[in-house]
Amino acid sequence: MTTTTLAVLVPLLPFLGAAAGLLLGRTAPGFVRPLAVLPTLAAAVIAAVVAARQGGGRAIDAATQLTPTGSVPIDLALHLDGFAVLVAVLVGLVATCVQIYSTAYLRDDPRYPSYAALVSLFTSAMLLVVYSGDLMVLLVGWEIMGICSYFLVGHYWETPEARAASLKAFLVTKLGDVPFLIGLFALAADTGTFRITGILGAVANGGLDHPTLIALLLLAGVAGKSAQFPLHTWLPDAMAGPTPVSALIHAATMVAAGIYFVARLLPVFAESGAALVVLAVMAAITMIGSGLAALAQDDIKRVLAYSTIGQLGYMAGALAVGDRGAAVFHLLSHGAFKAVLFLAAGVVIHAAGTNSLAAMSRMGGLTKRVPDAYWTMTVALLALAAIPPFAGFFSKEAVLVAAEHTALGDRHVAPAAAGWTVLVAGLLAAVLTAAYATRLWLLAFRGRGAEAPDHGRQPVAMTAVLWVLAVPTIAFGLTVGTITDWFDGHALTPSVTTAVLSTGAGLVGGLVTYGAWRHTSALAARTPVGTVVAHPDAEPALVEAQAMTAHTAAYGTAGDAPDPADPGRLLLGPLHRPAAAGFHLDALYTALFVRPVQAAASLVRFLDREVVDTYVRGSGAVARGLGAAVRRAQTGNVQTYLSALLAGSLVLAIAAVVFANVNAGS
Amino acid sequence: MHLAYPAVLAALLFCTGLYGVLARRNAILVLMSVELMLNAVNLNLVAFDVWLRDALHSGQALTLFTIAIAAAEIGIGLAIVLAVYRNRGSSDIDRLRDTAETDAAEALPDDESGTGTEDQATAAAGKAKKAEATA
Amino acid sequence: MTLAATAAHAALAAHPAPSGFLSPTGVEIAFLLVGIATLGAALVTVTTKQLVHAALWLVVALGGLAVEYLLLTAEFIAWVQVLIYVGSVVVLLLFGLMLTRAPIGRSPDADSGNRWAALGVAVAAAGALVWVVVDAFRTTWIDLDGPAQGSTEATGSFLFRHWVLPFEALSVLLLAALVGAIVLSRKRGKEQS
Repeated sequence: MTTTTLAVLVPLLPFLGAAAGLLLGRTAPGFVRPLAVLPTLAAAVIAAVVAARQGGGRAIDAATQLTPTGSVPIDLALHLDGFAVLVAVLVGLVATCVQIYSTAYLRDDPRYPSYAALVSLFTSAMLLVVYSGDLMVLLVGWEIMGICSYFLVGHYWETPEARAASLKAFLVTKLGDVPFLIGLFALAADTGTFRITGILGAVANGGLDHPTLIALLLLAGVAGKSAQFPLHTWLPDAMAGPTPVSALIHAATMVAAGIYFVARLLPVFAESGAALVVLAVMAAITMIGSGLAALAQDDIKRVLAYSTIGQLGYMAGALAVGDRGAAVFHLLSHGAFKAVLFLAAGVVIHAAGTNSLAAMSRMGGLTKRVPDAYWTMTVALLALAAIPPFAGFFSKEAVLVAAEHTALGDRHVAPAAAGWTVLVAGLLAAVLTAAYATRLWLLAFRGRGAEAPDHGRQPVAMTAVLWVLAVPTIAFGLTVGTITDWFDGHALTPSVTTAVLSTGAGLVGGLVTYGAWRHTSALAARTPVGTVVAHPDAEPALVEAQAMTAHTAAYGTAGDAPDPADPGRLLLGPLHRPAAAGFHLDALYTALFVRPVQAAASLVRFLDREVVDTYVRGSGAVARGLGAAVRRAQTGNVQTYLSALLAGSLVLAIAAVVFANVNAGS
Repeated sequence: MHLAYPAVLAALLFCTGLYGVLARRNAILVLMSVELMLNAVNLNLVAFDVWLRDALHSGQALTLFTIAIAAAEIGIGLAIVLAVYRNRGSSDIDRLRDTAETDAAEALPDDESGTGTEDQATAAAGKAKKAEATA
Repeated sequence: MTLAATAAHAALAAHPAPSGFLSPTGVEIAFLLVGIATLGAALVTVTTKQLVHAALWLVVALGGLAVEYLLLTAEFIAWVQVLIYVGSVVVLLLFGLMLTRAPIGRSPDADSGNRWAALGVAVAAAGALVWVVVDAFRTTWIDLDGPAQGSTEATGSFLFRHWVLPFEALSVLLLAALVGAIVLSRKRGKEQS
């Protein structure tokens, strides 16, 4: 088969798997697990084959037009360059791991068939986005991801948190998608095509008339999907979904779609220096703010969620300095280690029976219960903190090197201001990243207190995939010298200055946190905090859902816990409270948008109930009154009827005669 | 002879019959008034036939037909009046008000779904009465 | 006026020498007198409170009409009128009155409550009709000279020469009416019980 045919199969297989899973889910439960895992696995293998065949050479383009679509043609097009094939491999790998993990994680869930089908559909949509060479087709995948995300985040729809979170995720990403769609149309109007190759060719020839406007409109959609600063609030709340969903959607794929989109159309954004500066500022605020917030969270998954936002900020920063190689490099390594982190967090939550770091820090021996999760999570946290030689170090270095070169004027794709912004914010965020990674590790695995209860070994399906994903977490960075062919061909190797600076920053952050933890952990014994779920032996997904409900019930919020032994509390000082609440952005949005909308809705309700309905009721009453009046005429007396009939015909006859005479006389 | 004489006489006779149809209470008197109206029309037919000197004499032929039909009508009409009288004990037109729109009339369909056989029998009888009254 | 114009035109075409409007002939005077009597009898028929008297006044009215037919030279129809109406219809009506036990003597409720509306409609209709008819035919005369147009011989010839088929159809109608009247007036209740 040709590479093109194979590439078509990649998004198609999970889609067919999803369709079959939805159809057979009730009638043939035995087929659900194979139908969930095998198509995704096959897609991952084929994606790897496609990547090997493409080999970082020239981009493969193929297109077919199903039907004429008016002024701007819409093609079913493939555009396979080095970025596309590598991201597809990552998506396939993570999706396969998540599907295998889910078979154990949701083993007793009655809604598993629809869940697995939605994950497959989601994977298919993401692969479509990755491979598509046409922006309209890309948009289709983009929107399918949005709706799948809505369903999957709301998997535990019995809990109010999940319902609110799924709605919020959907609405916030859609809020970005509206300007995104307008931006796509504006782009097509300027260049006359939806094909990516055509657009890039037009941009190269200077055919773009409104680059800043288009770039800013597109950035709104990217910020929604990739959880950048003003529209990031949905991501921490989306942790109300099952852990594998968090790993798939909110770490490796969906949030990566925004970054990937910008990487594909980077020349469009590079046309506008203003857009790049905006992107740089957005990325800087996102990096630092999410780092602070992550340091204050109590829910282990929310820590990881804020960390995801921060790492996406790094990628956005790399794009802001015009280096899409660095951005996608970080996307790939982050996808690997963040998937490990989420999946391992799921194991830890199941073993500990709680998602609260405060409760875990009062629990001894958790490492002995879940050794696989302990070791893989340690590796992944080191990668997150950018400690050499793990993957995160190299990819983050690539970002910082690009920023440094831009700041010092060695690269001219982006303004120097953007370079300085990204560089300074990146270094600060490196400190924060190391700090919250250390805090997470210390609180989760170095807790002291009662022994963690023994629930037996974790399922192999859940632990094995951790090791599978740990391989790229450890080794992917070392391939930096060989994969440059895939990434536009320029070097991504670290430079000495930034390596020393960022590693030093990471060590400082980690050591300060360790010191703070030594200081505060003595307080842990004095304030017993901790909730553990009631059914520790149930399936992992159920334990997680109960843990989240119990967390809100026990501490009042989903993210915070009144724990004086938390080193983050000492480090952040007065910043802790706003950071734990996500800097009160939700409250601000509530005041700015939700309240006015609700007030308008109540006004409309009032108008409908009291004003419009009055007319409706009035018309009804008039009709009834008329009916009663007419009914009174129905006396049953035939003579009355006949009199009325004859009087009427008499009037008509006289009228006819009179008019005939008048007309004849005139 | 002036044509206006028979024409005006016919018009006045017709309106007299009209008054009788609308104002009389007894059904037989109403039938009499109907005869008056028919005769007014007959007079018109004859007068215009004579005036026009029609070769076919369609006016007079139609008069004869009308007289025959009137005879048939009076026979049928009297039979109906007698049937009504037998059922109701009265032949007053303004007392035959079964088609009146009343609240009781709205409740009629419920009566027909009565459970007992006795109810059904009376309901059927009521329906038959009503049919005859409207015929 | 259209009606009057066309009618006058037709009359002029038929009668080149019209008679004077205010010089009534003997036939006209007779017609007028009989007409007044007929109308009076008809009015009494529809207003009297004695039901049997109404039937008898109807005889007068119908007989008056028979005379009018005679004056219009329609002899055969006049005798048919006498035979069928006066002879059979009124007798039938009287039987009907008897069978429905109509009260003999004055019955105070012979008129329904609808009479004022009926009076209004009737007077308005009369006004409109008379106005239209007089307006249309005020200059039209009937030529009664020559052979009688409604003699038995003439009637027989046109009826059985031109109108045979409707005549036969009418016989079927009469038969149907006969059967219908019998069916309707049978005493079904007794036969069923």
